[in-house]
Amino acid sequence: MTTLFEKLWMQHVVAELPGGAALIAIDRIFLHERTGSIALKSLRERGRMVVDPARVFCTMDHIVDTFPGRGDATRMPGGTAFIVETRAAARESGIHLFDVRDSDQGIVHVISPELGIVLPGTTVVCPDSHTCTQGAMGAFAWGIGSTEAEHALATGTLRVTRPRTMRIRFEGKLAPGVTAKDLSLAVISRWGSAGGNGYVVEYAGSAIRSLEIEARLTLCNMATEFSAVTGLIAPDDRTFEYLAGRRFAPKGERWDAAVAAWRKLRSDDDAQFDVEYRIDVDDLAPMITWGTSPQHAVEVTGAVPTLERSGATREAYERALAYMGLSAGTVLADLPIDAAFIGSCTNSRLSDLRRAAALLRGRKVARGVKAICVPGSMAVKRAAEAEGLHEVFTAAGFEWRESGCSMCFYAGGESFGRRQRVVSSTNRNFESRQGPETRTHIASPETVAASAIAGRIADPRRLAALH
Amino acid sequence: MEKFTKLRAVAAPLLRANIDTDAIIPSREMKAVSKTGLADGLFAGWRYRTIGGRDPNPDFVLNQPAYAGTRILLGGENFGCGSSREHAVWALFEFGIRAVVAPSFSPIFYGNCIRNGIVPVRLPADQIATIAAQVESDPPTQRVTVDLERSLVVAPDGSEHAFEIEPEAREMLLEGLDAIDLTLRSRAAIDAFLVRDRRLRPWIYELPRARTP
Repeated sequence: MTTLFEKLWMQHVVAELPGGAALIAIDRIFLHERTGSIALKSLRERGRMVVDPARVFCTMDHIVDTFPGRGDATRMPGGTAFIVETRAAARESGIHLFDVRDSDQGIVHVISPELGIVLPGTTVVCPDSHTCTQGAMGAFAWGIGSTEAEHALATGTLRVTRPRTMRIRFEGKLAPGVTAKDLSLAVISRWGSAGGNGYVVEYAGSAIRSLEIEARLTLCNMATEFSAVTGLIAPDDRTFEYLAGRRFAPKGERWDAAVAAWRKLRSDDDAQFDVEYRIDVDDLAPMITWGTSPQHAVEVTGAVPTLERSGATREAYERALAYMGLSAGTVLADLPIDAAFIGSCTNSRLSDLRRAAALLRGRKVARGVKAICVPGSMAVKRAAEAEGLHEVFTAAGFEWRESGCSMCFYAGGESFGRRQRVVSSTNRNFESRQGPETRTHIASPETVAASAIAGRIADPRRLAALH
Repeated sequence: MEKFTKLRAVAAPLLRANIDTDAIIPSREMKAVSKTGLADGLFAGWRYRTIGGRDPNPDFVLNQPAYAGTRILLGGENFGCGSSREHAVWALFEFGIRAVVAPSFSPIFYGNCIRNGIVPVRLPADQIATIAAQVESDPPTQRVTVDLERSLVVAPDGSEHAFEIEPEAREMLLEGLDAIDLTLRSRAAIDAFLVRDRRLRPWIYELPRARTP
């Protein structure tokens, strides 16, 4: 009768607290220079220590420069201080640091699975909302604030009110050109950006079993855009194969024992969830957003919905359309674009770059479109270059960058510019998220690539790979 | 942490849904590794006429003289969604906000409020709309009360709206407790857990020490 989440919860209860809360053991803590720096600094100012530094990891991803030959300088005013202070605090506390020039540097939610830091059955926290990404490995992984990070660093635990459980079953087979990103946008547009509020959402069903690990990470990544506590996928052979031999994963006998334990991490057949939804995926199409919330998404062949069909309040609807420079009934495909961005913790892994490159090979980005690709980690970048993907991107007219969060958000440095229309493989289309008054349309890497070539929003299914 | 028991204050309606933490404090306004110096950047994109500027936009509710001294925000669904940045809560606190009333909150923002002495109050949207309409008739006199001891919001017309808050969160806010201090009282339980868990899941604990650069 037990759900996967309840199994993870019970394995980590240190003590029950009054009112249904519990003290939960934290197995892995991740920090980054943007919000982790203040946690380390505040901890030190209060005279407290990191209780087990070997289980704490830190990366430089959020405001680190992504131009070739980078150092500590950033285009964001004051940005260097975040890097320098994080480095000093990390060294002092003895935690693992993936510094600016480290060969393992990258976006936290890309490198954590890549290095075998997140494992099935672990609890993982990070002061970053997209920590839910890592739930794809069968971990209870969720985003917290900096004060909570201090608590986890100092005590190895967090005080947590037990969340409710939801399961979404994806049944059927995805059509060619339809990806995990589209599943994610379909869920959020169907049930709203607050639809998962307060739930741990387990993604299950036949379509999930056949998803590769990187695609599962993409799906879980946007659980926070659904207002969920986190997303979760039961680990299976794909998970174990992915993790085997990774730098921080267990080895030898320990590996065998771990896998044996991990095989029990699945919801029982008769498990009871507080809420259950189901999506038949066969008929899903590539999705794209038209507004300023991830729930404002339609099929890429669709049009801006009317107020009545939008699911938004009048105020939000009118505000979103004014911001985006659109009106009801506007067909999205064929809208001219100014820029294209492939990157972020959502879609910057090797498989994402391969799929985009398959469409870009032998083609050119349309004149006047600024196109940028930022691999999610230095390991992704090296692997992509070993396959020659960087040549495909640059020959097509994309910039090819060093890894980091880059232009997923605007921190005062680089931006796309006012009222510039960007098709982006990122996760948030909020007002001014990618730059003051920048108009963001979220979509899969395939849709970004197809749109970059067309110079307008385009359906990737209509663009066959040339080679 | 500052204790919260009961507050009667000017309340400002900002009823749009999905007010995200990028809107509450844009990333460009987080200029130093610090929990302070953030109040000026609060709602910067809406509050000022130009990006990065400080010329007030008179249309924004918190710039209107009638809302001077606002300490309570009335918000829309999914308040505080988006980035986990606690700077959003620090900016609200520094500005003077001590309670946010909304139909629902992003889980991370909700937790951040509790750790910083801001009461996140969940009320149904129609009740918030009613309270907001009363406030708007004359904000300086039509004040709202958030009574955490009784878990009630008292509208300007005296009507009472009960809200639910987790017992642990309520106690932390009422007593102004430091969560780390509280947890360290359970040190024996933590140590016992670790002894037991090291046997069950040794691979969790057998990590190499950090490479010293």
